[in-house]
Amino acid sequence: MAKMPTPEELLAATPASFPKEGWMDTKPDFHPGSYCYPAKTDALQKLGFENAHEWAPQEEDWNLPENWEEIIYNSLKDALEKHRSLKLFMDCCVRCGACADKCHFFIGTNDPKNMPVLRAELLRSVYRKDFTTAGRLLGKYAGARKLDPEVIKEWFIYFYQCTECRRCSLFCPYGIDTAEITVIVRQMLLDLGLGINWIMNSVKDCNETGNHLGIKPHSMKEIVEFLCDDIETITGIRIDPPWNEKGHEVVFITPSGDYFADPGVYTFMGYLMLFHEIGLDYTLSTYASEGGNFGSFVSFDVAKRLNAKMYAEAKRLGAKWILGGECGHMWRVVNQYMATYNGPADFLETPVSPITGTVFHNAAATKMVHIAEFTADLIKHNKLNLRPERNNHIITTWHDSCNPSRAMGILEEPRYVLKNVCNNFVEMPEHTIREETFCCGSGSGLNAEEIMDQRLRGGFPRANALRYVHDHNDVNWMACMCALDRAALPPLVDYWVPGVTVSGLHELVANALVMKGEIPRTMDLRQEDLPFPDEDPAEEA
Amino acid sequence: MTIAFAATLLILFVGWAGSALGLQYLFGVILPLVAGAVFIIGFVWKLVRWAKSPVPFAIPTVAGQQRSLDWIKPSRLECPWTTPAVLVRMLLEVFAFRSLFRNTRAERTVIDGTPRVTYFSNKWLWLFALLFHYGMLVIIIRHARFFLDPVPACIAVVEFVDGVFQIGAPRFYLTDAFILAGLAFLLLRRVVSERLRYISLPADWFALFLLIAIAVSGILMRYVCKVDINQVKEVIMGLATLHPVSPTGIGSIFFIHVTFVSVLLIYFPFSKLMHMGGVFMSPTRNMKCNTRQERHVNPWNPWAIDDPQANYHKYAEYEDDYRDAMVEAGLPVDKQPEA
Ligand code: SF4
Ligand code: SF4
Repeated sequence: MAKMPTPEELLAATPASFPKEGWMDTKPDFHPGSYCYPAKTDALQKLGFENAHEWAPQEEDWNLPENWEEIIYNSLKDALEKHRSLKLFMDCCVRCGACADKCHFFIGTNDPKNMPVLRAELLRSVYRKDFTTAGRLLGKYAGARKLDPEVIKEWFIYFYQCTECRRCSLFCPYGIDTAEITVIVRQMLLDLGLGINWIMNSVKDCNETGNHLGIKPHSMKEIVEFLCDDIETITGIRIDPPWNEKGHEVVFITPSGDYFADPGVYTFMGYLMLFHEIGLDYTLSTYASEGGNFGSFVSFDVAKRLNAKMYAEAKRLGAKWILGGECGHMWRVVNQYMATYNGPADFLETPVSPITGTVFHNAAATKMVHIAEFTADLIKHNKLNLRPERNNHIITTWHDSCNPSRAMGILEEPRYVLKNVCNNFVEMPEHTIREETFCCGSGSGLNAEEIMDQRLRGGFPRANALRYVHDHNDVNWMACMCALDRAALPPLVDYWVPGVTVSGLHELVANALVMKGEIPRTMDLRQEDLPFPDEDPAEEA
Repeated sequence: MTIAFAATLLILFVGWAGSALGLQYLFGVILPLVAGAVFIIGFVWKLVRWAKSPVPFAIPTVAGQQRSLDWIKPSRLECPWTTPAVLVRMLLEVFAFRSLFRNTRAERTVIDGTPRVTYFSNKWLWLFALLFHYGMLVIIIRHARFFLDPVPACIAVVEFVDGVFQIGAPRFYLTDAFILAGLAFLLLRRVVSERLRYISLPADWFALFLLIAIAVSGILMRYVCKVDINQVKEVIMGLATLHPVSPTGIGSIFFIHVTFVSVLLIYFPFSKLMHMGGVFMSPTRNMKCNTRQERHVNPWNPWAIDDPQANYHKYAEYEDDYRDAMVEAGLPVDKQPEA
């Protein structure tokens, strides 16, 4: 990020007004930093995409397959026949503009094609030409336009500049969900062999190794052993989590970012400490070592394939139910798609907390419980010995991630947990939290390094709200429960609001958790000195 | 915008010329009958066309707290998990424009030399959209007096309330003001706002001009160039009962109004105005938010996890790939490696 402009420069460089020409006459801008790197041909081939080919976004010619127009036509036709949503969303928009300034990318770039309505028009114009009589007859006057390679390029830029956060759909009077349109267009582009490396490589790895990062089973076990070493240093307790073992009550699945990337690992350590403390009968799995699902960003079919492993593994291991870690898009898939994709999961049982006896009726079909629900229930039943004072140096706010908020509605559970483990909690301003929350700007597989400028702009509305509580309430911490956020927000926050730390929820839980037989804590999970360490009983005596 | 305006003027001209040239029967009887038929058939065709595509996934937009633990208060209407609750959510959407009510305005400012965004609640669009739609609804109900004989009491009540200010003769209807105010606002914001200008298509202007033309011609007919109401009623009753009565002798304004309305009816099913039907079918609004509790079935679901054609990477294949390394790392395996 050496050449990054300052925040002031970045926003000053934002165009103040729209181009003079109409949107059909403006071309997308391809300069390094404005597009994601293309997916590798072999990765796409391995996943069964027939038209995978060599191409480069900055080149004039994208080497599209000869019959590319026919492919797009059929692909769109197929999508229309399969999804009522798409047909409605194509026909019903009245261009009222209510969605326009709801998109973080539009707020951050002032690029008219980042208004959700116009993003959708990029497809709608082609739909009109091919699938409506008025469009066929009247062409441009009916808002239709002919498909040409420039349109494909435009799709590539703008449908990879939507994080599928659904904020626009909340405000649309007809519930038009641009996220749905984006997934479908990305699927159409993949049919032409066009995808981005950051997503498709992760998908390929997840398919083969069980997780996006491509970590092989033995390395995975090793990595977690290192984390257990750290836990031992901090608490004096040795944890040895079971792997791929049959006959446990619960399979625990979390996004692979939690095993590997800072600060996700601290959240992962938090899970292990919690499970150890309550004596949960669980196992981890190397085969289903990915809760996230990059396939869901680009294709319903690929999403289903990756998702299938969770049930398949729970069945093979003979577990009763699945517990899921902190993740955003994973929970969109689990909550809205999993049972449909790969259920019915009759081989599992309606989840019951073995500690409190609470039956999770809300998960009766999917058989999968969110860890924030699980922990909130534990705290409510007084099953955890917590010392929130250990987090007293933290003034935290809560970032509602887009998917858990608008595709699930898990708003209060994490707040309840957070307030129980942290004495200082401040909400960000209204219109930026809960169902109206702003995405981090890097969701839906857009956390690629090469588009940092775009990500920072997209993350501006989130950062702006954080800035407010940072300035007014001295907030120095932002907790969230999304693996992509944990990866994407730290650079974003360093850029816009330096001085705020990003973490997962269970990192703070584990900091506050008093474990049986632990040594007095002097460090937090990051092995930084606690400003308010536990008193050492030996010294006191 | 120019094109849409020109098209509207053309319709005006055609309507006027029709009556001037003595084609009253064509414009006063045949056109409205055809338009009515196109409207009804087109509307139904469109709904059927939508309904033919399945809803493979349950994708409600969740706008509030989910129902999970007993002691956490769920948001019954914003995250509805029962059919009645979904119905209420839909009613609020259709009759109170719930989503538009949420509308905010994001404004970029500079505070202490650093760029910021501030959000303001912004209900103007909601208010004027409501004014327009309700104005329109009441006017349509009022027009029923031309189609029904005797005029039902409820319509008389609507008319009475609508004209409650008792200004002028014939009495001035509130809804005439509402619909004009609503339409004027919708038109103005399309002209004034850079964003709306940029996204507007000819169709967006055309719909507005057409509606304005209908409202204005109707108001002129009532208050300015009055026509023989009894004769109008006879003509329209004739249309409604499919026993046409010749419309000769009624003023041109009537034919202009009727032509505009006919064009609207014909245009309606093929345009964005179909949002009227679409709003009821939108899967992000009309589905239950209980997707973890009840399985939603996808009619074209390609395979189930145990099917032979399931094309995900199976555990057995995975173990084949890594068996030796797994055993070495002390991970359990289903099949022991060959010695
Ligand atoms: S809010 Fe909905 S209807 Fe209005 S412009 Fe946006 S997508 Fe279209
Ligand atoms: S889903 Fe989110 S990122 Fe995509 S257009 Fe809508 S608001 Fe913008």
